[in-house]
Amino acid sequence: MQHTISVLVENKPGVLTRVAGLFARRGFNIESLAVGTTEDPTLSRMTIVVNAEDTPLEQVTKQLHKLINVIKIQDLDPADMVDRELVLFKVNAPPERRHEIIEIANVFRAKVVDVGRNTLTIEATGAGDKLQAMEDLLRAYGIKELARTGRIALSRGARDQG
Amino acid sequence: MKMTGAQALVKTLRAVGIDTVFGYPGGVVLPIFDALYDAHDLRTILVRHEQGAAHAADGYARATGRAAAVIVTSGPGATNTVTGIANAYMDSIPMVVITGQVATHVIGTDAFQESDITGITLPITKHNYLVTDAKDLPEIVKEAHHIATTGRPGPVLIDVPVDVSKAEIAYHLLETVNLPGYKPTYRGHAKQVKQAASMIAKARKPLLYVGGGVIASGAWKELKELAELMQLPVVTTLMGKGAFPEDHYLFVGMPGMHGGKYTNYAITETDLLIGVGVRFDDRVTGKLAAFATKAKVIHVDIDPAEIGKNRAVDVPIVGDAKQVLSAITAELRKMAAEPRTTAWMRLIDDWRSRYPFHYHPSDESVMPELVVERIRELTKDRPTVYCTEVGQNQMWAAQYLKIREPRTWVSSGGLGTMGFGLPAAIGAQVGRPDYLVVDIAGDGSIQMNSQELATAAINKLPVKVVILNNGYLGMVRQWQELFYEKRYASSTLPQDCPDFVKLAEAYGCLGVRVTRPDELDAALVRAFDHDGPAIVDVRVEREENVFPMVAPGGSIDEMLGGIPGGPVSEMLDEELLEEVWE
Repeated sequence: MQHTISVLVENKPGVLTRVAGLFARRGFNIESLAVGTTEDPTLSRMTIVVNAEDTPLEQVTKQLHKLINVIKIQDLDPADMVDRELVLFKVNAPPERRHEIIEIANVFRAKVVDVGRNTLTIEATGAGDKLQAMEDLLRAYGIKELARTGRIALSRGARDQG
Repeated sequence: MKMTGAQALVKTLRAVGIDTVFGYPGGVVLPIFDALYDAHDLRTILVRHEQGAAHAADGYARATGRAAAVIVTSGPGATNTVTGIANAYMDSIPMVVITGQVATHVIGTDAFQESDITGITLPITKHNYLVTDAKDLPEIVKEAHHIATTGRPGPVLIDVPVDVSKAEIAYHLLETVNLPGYKPTYRGHAKQVKQAASMIAKARKPLLYVGGGVIASGAWKELKELAELMQLPVVTTLMGKGAFPEDHYLFVGMPGMHGGKYTNYAITETDLLIGVGVRFDDRVTGKLAAFATKAKVIHVDIDPAEIGKNRAVDVPIVGDAKQVLSAITAELRKMAAEPRTTAWMRLIDDWRSRYPFHYHPSDESVMPELVVERIRELTKDRPTVYCTEVGQNQMWAAQYLKIREPRTWVSSGGLGTMGFGLPAAIGAQVGRPDYLVVDIAGDGSIQMNSQELATAAINKLPVKVVILNNGYLGMVRQWQELFYEKRYASSTLPQDCPDFVKLAEAYGCLGVRVTRPDELDAALVRAFDHDGPAIVDVRVEREENVFPMVAPGGSIDEMLGGIPGGPVSEMLDEELLEEVWE
């Protein structure tokens, strides 16, 4: 089962290695990992996506807690989080097909950020399934290069009053 | 106050209460050794190999409960400590390791004697630091000591580049440490404590399963109180030895691979296993699926990651053993709970009398078990710290000694590090100058750090090494005999190379040889009464095995060797069993 783990850590050198190393030592393959500073510049948030059963994941979470630089860990509930990812697609685009590709980008509310002689580079953001759908469509034109940031996520804010 | 980073480091070591350094100098750590030269209230012991320094600090901590510092140079100096750090990490022993590092501006250039020691020790330290600004040094040293000695203890490493050591700073030490991500839980959850108490009150066949956590927490008094209040039998793991007096009626031995048959029967039969400061290690549990299958499990540990790691738990309690044990006892008193283990103890007694540890005495050759028994008897009235190497010597020591006091058993548990015993004994002797310190060794293990005899001799640390010299890597040979058709690949050592008596003499130590049982007592007494370090080279029966033994991966109530006895299902006295349920 896929888990999205949000780890609040101290913004210090070596913390990424400690966290990533722990997953590796316990035999987990990290699907994506995104890091950046938070509203507090002394803290960073890592959003880690892993495929794991609940029991071994609980063990890793407990081990993560033991790292001195780790402050808080949340295993985000997919039903109660907002998640986004940013992808850059560099797609084969001879002049006669550019139009079609731009249409597709528009449908997904993606942006063309670079135009080459025979390529278009498109920036798209969204949740995983939307980006996957877009990737599937663009594949027909030939994706020359693809880069993705990995998922970032936050739990949703409270909605009820009081 | 202006001072160098090195001086600030040394000053802070003193400020946090460290009084002993085991070290070895070298190029980039010289500023720190230069500062140590003036620190007259900090005892610095020069070892002969950096691994010895780490094991000595480890032995010091086990024997005293206090952390010592290890100070070594970069590169090989640092990497030589790795085994010692890993050993301390596995057994949760506090230690502050300070390594010199090449100057900050050449880090990453493969400079002379550069190694990425913070990277290397990432998985074997509780935490580590690479200091980049001398201003941070006092705070880091204080944090490191705090992390090493609190919660679940462990080694912490500080890597100090030479320019950081030399930089001049204004000394300032904060009163408190600020570690937002480090807040160990000491008090057990009240509801869980209550539940544990009510289960203990109801259980018919309860068993306390106690490990190193009780020693680390200093909870032996609380343990004894609980055990005696409810008449609970107690088993202690290799790491827990000394947490409960081994001459106590309720003491039921050490469980696991070379534990007592009666101990393993008790675990297999118990209906309530109360684990305190233990981690359900594979050497204890054997085949997990067959371990304590009839039992509900209460697990008390300060490390939440240990709870439920190997064995599912009915009542998890995260907390410090001392606090949780006394909370459980208080709860039981409040409930006016009565002990109900008389019949259960009779059942255990029956096993205990039928399946004691056992060997065949000989008039001709010296049985290794006899050596341990004689050490036990000859040190009975003398405060003694017992250290071991790793292998058969360690298991016989665990089986035949009677450890009556906490922190007098010093043995490498989790990592199983050969070569640990002698340097650890040196550390223990530094920490407990008024104790007799005996290292029970094998002829293989002792050769892994025998250079430390010089450290013992020069610093007048009168440790006694008793070598059970069987001319084999005994435990390896035993496994080869049992599981590899007696093909003794690379496990034979000539008994007379080296000549351990001459080796002792070469270092200015006393060397005595024993080849016959009737020479044993006199030789041991002579060594123990000698005012300096001594080696007793005992030529023991060469192919004696450590029994009983659980085959690797086997169920713990099915043991090889010793007095014949089947799995616990066949070993129950029906009448006694009925009494348990009356």
